[in-house]
Amino acid sequence: MAEVLVYVDHVDGAVRKPTLELLTLARRVGEPVAVALGAGAEATAAVLAEHGAVKVLTADAPEFTEYLVVPKVDALQAAYDAVSPVAVLVPSSAEGKEIAARLAVRIGSGIITDATDLEAGDEGPVATQAVFAASFTTKSRVSKGTPVITVKPNSAPVEAAPAAGAVEALAVTFGALATGTKVTSRTPRESTGRPELTEAAIVVSGGRGVNGAENFHIIEDLADSLGAAVGASRAAVDAGWYPHSNQVGQTGKSVSPQLYIASGISGAIQHRAGMQTSKTIVAVNKDAEAPIFDLVDYGVVGDLFEVVPQLTGEIKARKG
Amino acid sequence: MSLRIVVCVKYVPDATGDRHFADDLTVDRDDVDGLLSELDEYAVEQALQIADEADDAEITVLTVGPEDAKDALRKALSMGADKAIHVEDDDLHGTDVMGTSLVLAKAIEKAGYDLVITGMASTDAAMGVLPAILAERLGVPQVTLLSEVKVEDGTVTGRRDGDSASEQLEASLPALVSVTDQSGEARYPSFKGIMAAKKKPVEAWDLSDLDLEAEEVGLEGAWTAVDSATKRPERTAGTIVKDEGEGGKQLAEFLAGQKFI
Repeated sequence: MAEVLVYVDHVDGAVRKPTLELLTLARRVGEPVAVALGAGAEATAAVLAEHGAVKVLTADAPEFTEYLVVPKVDALQAAYDAVSPVAVLVPSSAEGKEIAARLAVRIGSGIITDATDLEAGDEGPVATQAVFAASFTTKSRVSKGTPVITVKPNSAPVEAAPAAGAVEALAVTFGALATGTKVTSRTPRESTGRPELTEAAIVVSGGRGVNGAENFHIIEDLADSLGAAVGASRAAVDAGWYPHSNQVGQTGKSVSPQLYIASGISGAIQHRAGMQTSKTIVAVNKDAEAPIFDLVDYGVVGDLFEVVPQLTGEIKARKG
Repeated sequence: MSLRIVVCVKYVPDATGDRHFADDLTVDRDDVDGLLSELDEYAVEQALQIADEADDAEITVLTVGPEDAKDALRKALSMGADKAIHVEDDDLHGTDVMGTSLVLAKAIEKAGYDLVITGMASTDAAMGVLPAILAERLGVPQVTLLSEVKVEDGTVTGRRDGDSASEQLEASLPALVSVTDQSGEARYPSFKGIMAAKKKPVEAWDLSDLDLEAEEVGLEGAWTAVDSATKRPERTAGTIVKDEGEGGKQLAEFLAGQKFI
């Protein structure tokens, strides 16, 4: 059976969930061969094998952390040359998309980004995408070269499908461009202990109606009662109430959770672009005319300072 | 020596308009007003700030697009860019990101450059891959997704705020930079700027000026194919309640019914 390259997103050997989802999709078009780079690469093998990787190609070198993106492209290209896959799948993170983009140029292939589903087709894998602020759904395929496709988190279930997952060292030769952009320092983001925004099953977001950084704990309390990630609208981020890394929308993150709860968010097109594919949408807003109510499965017209704490209290009571 | 900055900008359909597809599944531009992609305004702004700090700099704005795309160039010129290049050719209709990047790379090389600046993504297709593709095609370092950028003594430095870390980056010119919407509010064109823009040169290039063949671009030459585009079904109207003291509890009841609690 044809092989499919799957780029592994991991932190020191801990594989992030979107990669496991990617393995589910990869199995629809071929046999997944995983590529894991950097410190802890070999430690990823067990979980990758459990989810269908027939082979795990690993490489570690200081270049992966000391320089931006390109060393990883060199490595993925080495894997591509070694395997001759029918498709290359990469998680749709900022870095993942850049790695996929450069690989696509090198191998003369088309690229599809932010796929939300993938199926086998007569002329290669067919990718589903949500476009124009998720108001349209398209089905596309790559028509030149080997399809390079990046896939959004929460696009497929994580399924166990045990396979061999034999670890093989990947020989990588870094090209002249690899050392072009030096990473001179790196400050890890402080962990909030909450799920990562794009991967979370539930996202609770606050907007202009939260009316100040000091009130965002109301949103955080609700998120914590549900084990959810916290998001913010552009208005809240621009006002300095919450970090940009939590921004949901066209210029921030695009999320697609099982449940999205918007509080004090009017629902401008900019925001809708980032959350419209959420499965269930709930909103609390005191303006009954807010466009967000056009999207909701359940909406409460009311003061979020009353409604949200009551909801949090009720959730805590029900969970005991 | 003059610092040559090329800013790539895109003319996009207004996101607040009713965007849809034409019969050939390309973006229908006829029914929706176009404008300079908002995220590209940040690229123009950073180019202007870098030019202000440089002894001598020249900013060229470059776009690939139909006749109307001149509006995007005019906006950038009125913000303060020095000149513009408009690549327009009937054969470009339906060109995808790989083709567009090919045209941009050829045009950038023809124009001459030390620094290329782009926005983080367009506000229409929103792929966010063009900067990396362009850097690969040009064979220069990518210094992308910067929230802060500085150019000094032939070196570009900047801060990239990622999901797990914030990184400081450094590369030698020539290089390609992309900036995020956190890089600094874009200025509004002044009346003087708008008047001055009318006199600034806009060069028009077509595929033959760039030694490109029609087969390398356009819908037929695209690296990807859209097979179908379906309007997302209208959401069925949800339940909306007015809070009369029990709104939070009612919402909890709904969430419990959906098995979220």
